[in-house]
Amino acid sequence: MTYLLSHLDRVGALLGQHVVLVGVSLILALVFALPLGVVAARAPRTGSAILGVTGALYTIPSLALLALLVAVMGLGTPTAVVALVIYAQMILVRGVVAGLRGVDPALVDAARGLGLTARQTLLRVELPAALPVVLGGVRIATVTLVALATVAAWIDAGGLGTLIFEGLKTDNAQKIVAGSLAAAALAIAADLALRAAEHAVKT
Amino acid sequence: MNETSRGAQVDLRGVSVRYANAATPAVHDVDLTIEAGTFAVLLGPSGCGKSTLLRTINRLVEPTAGTVLIDGGDVRDREVTELRRGIGYVIQAVGLFPHYTVAQNIAVVPQLLGWDRARIERRVDELLASIRLDPATYRERKPRELSGGEAQRVGVARALAAEPQVLLMDEPFAAVDAIVRASLQDEIARVHQEFGTTVVFVTHDVDEALRLADRIVVMHAGHVVQTGAPADILEHPADDFVRHLVGVDAQTRRLVAERPLIDR
Repeated sequence: MTYLLSHLDRVGALLGQHVVLVGVSLILALVFALPLGVVAARAPRTGSAILGVTGALYTIPSLALLALLVAVMGLGTPTAVVALVIYAQMILVRGVVAGLRGVDPALVDAARGLGLTARQTLLRVELPAALPVVLGGVRIATVTLVALATVAAWIDAGGLGTLIFEGLKTDNAQKIVAGSLAAAALAIAADLALRAAEHAVKT
Repeated sequence: MNETSRGAQVDLRGVSVRYANAATPAVHDVDLTIEAGTFAVLLGPSGCGKSTLLRTINRLVEPTAGTVLIDGGDVRDREVTELRRGIGYVIQAVGLFPHYTVAQNIAVVPQLLGWDRARIERRVDELLASIRLDPATYRERKPRELSGGEAQRVGVARALAAEPQVLLMDEPFAAVDAIVRASLQDEIARVHQEFGTTVVFVTHDVDEALRLADRIVVMHAGHVVQTGAPADILEHPADDFVRHLVGVDAQTRRLVAERPLIDR
């Protein structure tokens, strides 16, 4: 605890990097996962292919994936972001698929019968109705990424993992504790905030 | 029907629907004319094809043979969303959009049609009043805050919002209890009289059909087996199926059918 309390500004700065790393990755991940999830929910065959591939990617050990990506992209934050985007896909796509498949068919029937186009039905009815489940996926993905992002310090992407790796190298338990506690606190805070958001959109 | 009638005539000509992999067609060669402003009830047991037939009118189901005409125009000649925006649609499960307020739900079609805000607001209040839900109390409610009966009233208001010429109702009151159902039946009869819309109403409930219909269309196994006024169907059932369907306690039913529903 002493390191954490005596170096609050350094821990704060690394926490900030961590938040940015996770936030950027999450937004980018959603850009891919939303359309993939919509396609997967619509077309069962393509859907199982998408879920299979994203599931397989998720099983790659994080260090191995980072090492692989470093070979292609080099060290640094962009490489870490790519890794986190890949990991988030399985959780996010599953959330979108589960959300859309769980939409009451009567809503879709009513929407089509009233004369909404397929796109209007998706955007105005299906996605809003699926939103709580989709947000559940976002929450789990966020907590997962907060934890995974600590490993990104290993490829010079910054964040709270920096403290953990420094601590390991210099045999400084205080640094390890500081980094771990801050990461855990961030994960809990994100979880609570997204739970609140889920609750707020539940109808 | 009445002087302010704005209903359209619906013609089904040789309409058949055969679903993929089905041994027998769901609807078989149906010819039917529903005159403008009529309250027509498609009556029959579940699986007889009545919902499928209803859904050919707004093209939620495309017939495998035959033609559906509204006021003489083939529904296939119209853009499908544009067609549907001119036809009210009410289903048993209601299907109110849960994240919209009551007012937003009712406003869905007018908004799609690009009505201006003031006109939409006016129309929403007018409809809420006409289904006897106080606009000030109900406008901002969410569907989850409504009872089953209230939700279906809003469903009816949503279907009527853009002043459709035809209103399709698929077992709309089957999920509510008997008392609420009776009051909803009164409402829809009154609304029909007020707006003069052509109504096509699907039910398996003989009493409901007798109470509401100007014309009853009895269906069995994809065929129309008899069409006529409620009294005709009761007095002169076309065959054993119809006799059996309406026959139980026919005397009581005659009384129900003859009971004036409001001042019709």
